[in-house]
Amino acid sequence: MLCSDVLVVGSGAAGMYAAIAAARAGSNVLLVDRSLIGRGGATVMAQMTVAVAVGEEEPDHWEHHLADTVKAGRGLCDAELSQLLCEDGPACIREMDEWGVGWARRDGHMAQVHAPGHDRKRCVYVDFLNTGPAVSKTLRARVQRTPEIQRVGDLVVTELAIRDGMCVGAHAVHTPTGASVPIAAKATILATGGLTRLYARNSASINMGGDGYALALRAGAELIDMEFVQFFPIGHLAPRLVGMDPIMWDPFRYKLGGRLLNSEMKEFLPEEGRYISARDVATHGILKEVAAGRGSPHGGAWLSFQHCSEAVLREAFGPVIDRLAANGIDLTRQPIEVAPIAHYHMGGMRAGADMQTTVPHLFAAGEAVGGANGANRLSGNAITEALTFGRRAGERAAALAAKIPMPAIEASSGFSSNRSKINPAAEIVRLQKLMNEHVGPLRTQNGLERALQEIRQMCGDLPPPRAGLDPEWMDLHDLRNMRLVAECVTRAALARTESRGAHQREDFPETSAAWERHQTIRV
Amino acid sequence: MGTPPDHPRLSARLKIRRGASFESFDVPFEPGQTVLDGLRWIRAQRDPSLAIRFSCINANACKECMMRVDGKTVYACTTRLVAGEMRLEPLPNKKLIKDLVTEIAPPDERLR
Repeated sequence: MLCSDVLVVGSGAAGMYAAIAAARAGSNVLLVDRSLIGRGGATVMAQMTVAVAVGEEEPDHWEHHLADTVKAGRGLCDAELSQLLCEDGPACIREMDEWGVGWARRDGHMAQVHAPGHDRKRCVYVDFLNTGPAVSKTLRARVQRTPEIQRVGDLVVTELAIRDGMCVGAHAVHTPTGASVPIAAKATILATGGLTRLYARNSASINMGGDGYALALRAGAELIDMEFVQFFPIGHLAPRLVGMDPIMWDPFRYKLGGRLLNSEMKEFLPEEGRYISARDVATHGILKEVAAGRGSPHGGAWLSFQHCSEAVLREAFGPVIDRLAANGIDLTRQPIEVAPIAHYHMGGMRAGADMQTTVPHLFAAGEAVGGANGANRLSGNAITEALTFGRRAGERAAALAAKIPMPAIEASSGFSSNRSKINPAAEIVRLQKLMNEHVGPLRTQNGLERALQEIRQMCGDLPPPRAGLDPEWMDLHDLRNMRLVAECVTRAALARTESRGAHQREDFPETSAAWERHQTIRV
Repeated sequence: MGTPPDHPRLSARLKIRRGASFESFDVPFEPGQTVLDGLRWIRAQRDPSLAIRFSCINANACKECMMRVDGKTVYACTTRLVAGEMRLEPLPNKKLIKDLVTEIAPPDERLR
């Protein structure tokens, strides 16, 4: 049995910042992760930029950032949450700077680049393609130096503990031994990230199967905007590239422009070598070219930087050019192939500006929270969201914990009695293909209905783990959560009979004013 | 849609240490695929009880998939498969948990 004022589940940027903020506000904190602390999740993989109105490159104000965020969100941004992201962003970014993250600098100030959808140069970064690892490392070091934070990796939360309708902690399994570990907590923060692992083509880590959504749903919490899955338009497709994040071409385009071309080597978006298309627009533009028979050989588009000399490439990306060479890629000589890839989830747990979900004493932080980015997320808002929401959740959870006694929880786990004979690793692959094909960037009623039918037939049982590390049990755990969350996305997508932002229905291509509203799901 | 270029179908024999003995799996692959791709294929197609540790899959960001391949310590996610036999073993200097998984968490981040 573990016990803590504040339990934080997930150790990406949101979870680590939440732990630091809660400890600073006087709580003792237990920070758990199903992987290693600060290594799994999405943050560590982010090679891109962070949108924040620090106004170092040119004058800026958080209200301008908010206006761009709301515009990108296609009418569905939650006003309070979007404001929190934009207004608190500068303070968090400056605090990260004090902690030594190493934001790239030019002439003594933070360098900021102009990303698509922003009205000015607003995005900070860490060279070269090192934003996420630097953010993770900085927060990890800070967490390690905070004695009030106990860290435990290899601990997967299987269920939230609910008593009298309130969250009183969680039930977890220690994966190397299979031991059940009840955790009592006055306040619990889910910082478990999004759901992009549901898709065959994704830029996620293995931890992004929607664990937090499934936990919250089974605990009675409300989810919101589940149909809005952002596909990043220019995810790497071919030739095979290893050791690099598939979304790495984004910062290349910020710095170098680049031309997106179809099989006839013609630009098909109104860009003329500039990087200006919003993510939803570019994603659908590429898929339409492919559908019209003008895709690249592997079914995407060409991206060319052949206008850049070796010297220009090296100045912009230094050692990354050598890593590309090791993969057999010379950008001065060849275009590469790119295609949409599941990247981020705009939906998630419904939370107020205090980050508390609809279940009392259960908080959420980061990508796991739905609503701040509406139907389409603006470039660079994800890390800002992780930091600002993490800080707020930690502060508010600590304030709550200071006022209430430690709850008791029972040692019940709620596992099912039978163990299915399926290969759960294969079932996960099948689910990912199904989601990519029918619940991806282009959707139809027929496809969604077919997906829903198949998803419902998949195994949702979770037996107790065997003693010792039980990889099949881990897959059964993931399949159970992924299946539930996939059903939420599919049902919400089926119900929304219009096209808006990341949700595009081929049978309902218009945006409908009547649909300028949220859908929520609870069980 | 264009058709991907044809590649010759290659095969690697992954000889994996599982406790005291080795078990071999024949893994089909295309040029460019990695040892981690091969291990994930084995779990989905042959034996889901095979224990491996990884998080970020392909980006070499999480650093969790470290193991020994043919006697050298490498990341499975950046080591390419080659036709013929490859010998996979867990890290020798870490406590073995199962198959290719070892205890690599810092001591103060383990369950006490």
